[in-house]
Amino acid sequence: MTVPHTFKRTHHPHQTHPRSLWQSMHIDMYLLFGLILLTAMGLVILYSASGQNHNTITQQILHIFMAFIIMLIVAQIPPHIYQRWAIWLYSIGIFLLIVVLIAGHTGKGAERWLNLGVIRFQPSELMKLALPLFLASYFHKTHLPLNNLSILLAIVIIMIPAVLVAKQPDQSTAVLLFIAGGSVLLLAGLSWRLLGYITGLAIICAPLLWHFMHDYQRQRVLTFFNPERDPLGASYHIIQSKIAIGSGGFFGKGWLNGTQSHLHFLPEHATDFIFAVCGEEFGFVGSVILILLFMIIILRGLYITIYAQDTFSRLLAGSLTLTFFFSFFINMGMVTGILPVMGLPLPLVSYGGSSMITLMAGFGILMSIQTHRKLLTT
Amino acid sequence: MKKWATLKNHLQEIQLITHRSMTALVIMLILITFLILRLGFLQCAQHAHYTTLSKKNWLDIVPVEPTRGLIYDRNGLLLAENLPVFSLDIIPEKNPSIPQALAEIAKIIPLNDTEIAQFQKELKQHRRFEEIPLKLRLTEAEVARFYENQYRFPGALIKARLIRHYPLGAALSHIVGYVGRINLDELDNVDPSNYSATNYIGKLGIEKFYEDELHGTVGYEQAENDASGQPVRILHDIKPMPGKNLYLTLDSNLQIVAEQALAGHNGAVVILQPATGQILAMVSEPSFDPNLFVDGMSNQAFQQLEKAPSKPLYNRTLRGLYPLASTIKPYIALEGLDSETTTPNFTIFDPGWYQLPNSEHVYHDWKPHGHGTVNLNHALVSSCDTYFFALGHKMGIKHIDDILTRFGFGELTGIDVGEELPGIIASPAWKRRTKGIPWHEGDTINSAIGQGYMQATPLQLAQGIAILANRGKRFLPHLLLTEQEAGKIPEPQATTELEPVKLHQEDNWKMIITALQNVITSPLGTGYAHFGHDMPYTIAGKTGTAQVYSIKHRDEEGKNEEQDNLPEALRDHSLFVAFAPVDKPQIAIAVIAEHSKLAASIARHILDYYFTGSTPRLARANKENMTHDSAPHL
Repeated sequence: MTVPHTFKRTHHPHQTHPRSLWQSMHIDMYLLFGLILLTAMGLVILYSASGQNHNTITQQILHIFMAFIIMLIVAQIPPHIYQRWAIWLYSIGIFLLIVVLIAGHTGKGAERWLNLGVIRFQPSELMKLALPLFLASYFHKTHLPLNNLSILLAIVIIMIPAVLVAKQPDQSTAVLLFIAGGSVLLLAGLSWRLLGYITGLAIICAPLLWHFMHDYQRQRVLTFFNPERDPLGASYHIIQSKIAIGSGGFFGKGWLNGTQSHLHFLPEHATDFIFAVCGEEFGFVGSVILILLFMIIILRGLYITIYAQDTFSRLLAGSLTLTFFFSFFINMGMVTGILPVMGLPLPLVSYGGSSMITLMAGFGILMSIQTHRKLLTT
Repeated sequence: MKKWATLKNHLQEIQLITHRSMTALVIMLILITFLILRLGFLQCAQHAHYTTLSKKNWLDIVPVEPTRGLIYDRNGLLLAENLPVFSLDIIPEKNPSIPQALAEIAKIIPLNDTEIAQFQKELKQHRRFEEIPLKLRLTEAEVARFYENQYRFPGALIKARLIRHYPLGAALSHIVGYVGRINLDELDNVDPSNYSATNYIGKLGIEKFYEDELHGTVGYEQAENDASGQPVRILHDIKPMPGKNLYLTLDSNLQIVAEQALAGHNGAVVILQPATGQILAMVSEPSFDPNLFVDGMSNQAFQQLEKAPSKPLYNRTLRGLYPLASTIKPYIALEGLDSETTTPNFTIFDPGWYQLPNSEHVYHDWKPHGHGTVNLNHALVSSCDTYFFALGHKMGIKHIDDILTRFGFGELTGIDVGEELPGIIASPAWKRRTKGIPWHEGDTINSAIGQGYMQATPLQLAQGIAILANRGKRFLPHLLLTEQEAGKIPEPQATTELEPVKLHQEDNWKMIITALQNVITSPLGTGYAHFGHDMPYTIAGKTGTAQVYSIKHRDEEGKNEEQDNLPEALRDHSLFVAFAPVDKPQIAIAVIAEHSKLAASIARHILDYYFTGSTPRLARANKENMTHDSAPHL
């Protein structure tokens, strides 16, 4: 359909350049700059946290570089293609999770990786995107508001991968899957009362979850509720990270000057507890700046959600944004001692390649949604 | 109307999602505010408190390594122990210049190239703030010299360590295995906090298979340190829990006798108790000293072991694949009887060769002019190939594969060490898959005397004959006798009984076992020369000869003389499987001597020791033939 230019203007007064260069390259500038700032600050923190290990930094730069390229590729594909693929991505994801689970029984301990010869790959990472994709495409078809049948089906769609991932065992990813799926449900208008019932049910089912937990995970939960229980064992992480953050003060001790994190007091400093390094070296100011950088991305994500064109895109964009929020919030909450220790990395800052690529692919989808809008809508 | 409805629906959806997104935003902002308040509380309100804590955070938590469980044999003889030594360690993060420190240390404590190379290797893949040992087993003088100069070497310290030691050395290295420095890949497969103080992990054999049991649980010490990081006093501690002690089913004396009997030959001996599946001895010759692996050896020394033509690192008992040769015949005979393909009284005439109808190809018996008229008993006793050519042809490869599978060939036995190979049961499908060519009639003929594609490990040979000794009862072969938690009574491990081999006619067991007894006692028997009739115990067994050189060569007459003229590497392997006593079998044995005819005499030597405690005269005579390079590894 061809539309007169003036008609466009009246409906979108704020879009003076409807097809900018960025737009035609399918890049969302705000998101891109937010991500660049955040990963840059992440590298600065990681350099200190890794004990100035050049190898770690080079590797991480490589991860970031690859992840950005994947994001740009993902952004080129229009949302309706993702909508068509959703069911297949979901089915393949489930299949691969089962394969890993079966293969995992032959090895010792946790087995999450699928070895494809050249690259190793975690099916649970694929699921982090496939689950919200599939749910959003499902709700797009059924129309809102939700009826009871589609709510029930959605819960089954969430539970299957979550249980498979939890069995690996990788409870923290399972939690993220719950959040990704649950956020689609909430955005689609799950009533608050029903949410209350489901939460109640979950609390009743908690002993069951307890049964599936590994010993070390039980320790972490027990320690969370009573940190003095075992000052030498599991709560060591929390006490140490609180000391690191608290001793940082308002302006921090300065870059590379952290003592807690540079001695080996602070466990897992390059991965899960990296926020403590930020708190110690950059203080309250630095931590708040890091949080604000995260929030820029969140706000842009919500903007994209609200201005997206169809139900599928809106649900998907909203779920990706909310999941990103909770993954960094849970990590920071755990490091500052307001949430239990869960083994979730700080997204885009902690060292690691595969979760970085998944996150950036998610942002690629957001960019695709934002830049593939047709200009005439309601 | 319908269009309007969907449009309305669409608008409604948009409003709903927008509304929900705004609610989410509010929730997120509340949560973030809460987080920022929390940071403000920790970093502003409580700043002074945490600064004090961090200043005297010389409250260091140090993980304490659990003592690794000991390994004993069935009689309580120590096979793997922990010896206290002093080691010189360096924490690289605490030293500004490693190369300079090494050069300085070398002036007061001699360092050799291997130690430096090993240190450099571990420097590249160590965990942060972990001590890396530079030199193990310091003398007292070296310890004293170091302490005088310690102030010059930040990050260097003397540590009292327990080092794994294997008192019997090479005698048990293939089974007990060894521990070595843990590497990052291995760390991925264990709980890292439980291994935070551990430097060694089982790499092979029992040490690897029972790693979880042997390792124990890490302990912690909360120590108050002075400014230089030296602990002043221990405030509290959680004691580490030592690993479990393991008692193996092995009998070290029998193991050493078997090793000495085999010494000078490459080969393998496996001895087990048919009634339980307990392994009494497992020898793979040549062997190596596992203690070399604990300290870490130079690359050159490792290459030398790895590339040696006699393959000392290769565990022949579990990974050596040998043709079953004539030791296959008891199983073929049993299946022949039980499937009624043949009867005890059925005879053939053996002219010394066999020919298929419609074929030119001639299959030769090992005996140039043949055995004459033979029945099944005679065929087993004198190991008549022609009889088994005919029987194999008549019953077909399916029956052969079936009986071998039931006796545990072609699949892992499930023994509790990890390195096992399954061997091969050849079938038409297997040949098409692996070789891409169809199965020939001749393949069945060769299989019937164990010379085709069939391959078995010495453990499988011992297991097969043990099942025969048991008249079909089958037990899982295993090495772990009991486990003992520190300070507790050992817990015996249950034996596992597997699906037995069932026959249509129970009498057939007796028929085959009698024939195997005649192999030893009958003057015609292939084992008679090695055992004779004046034995203090009864025994049933079967000899075998596995061809190494081409079959064509074997077809020529006067084979035996030619064997002696062949270079050693081309001579045939000899095999011997047996159990004793015949009525109530106590042990089953499989012996393989590569490029040698002595398997049966080696077995005799071992069995005589087991039943009479003495070394027989025959074996002593043989020992003289085994002189070259037969120094025992003790």
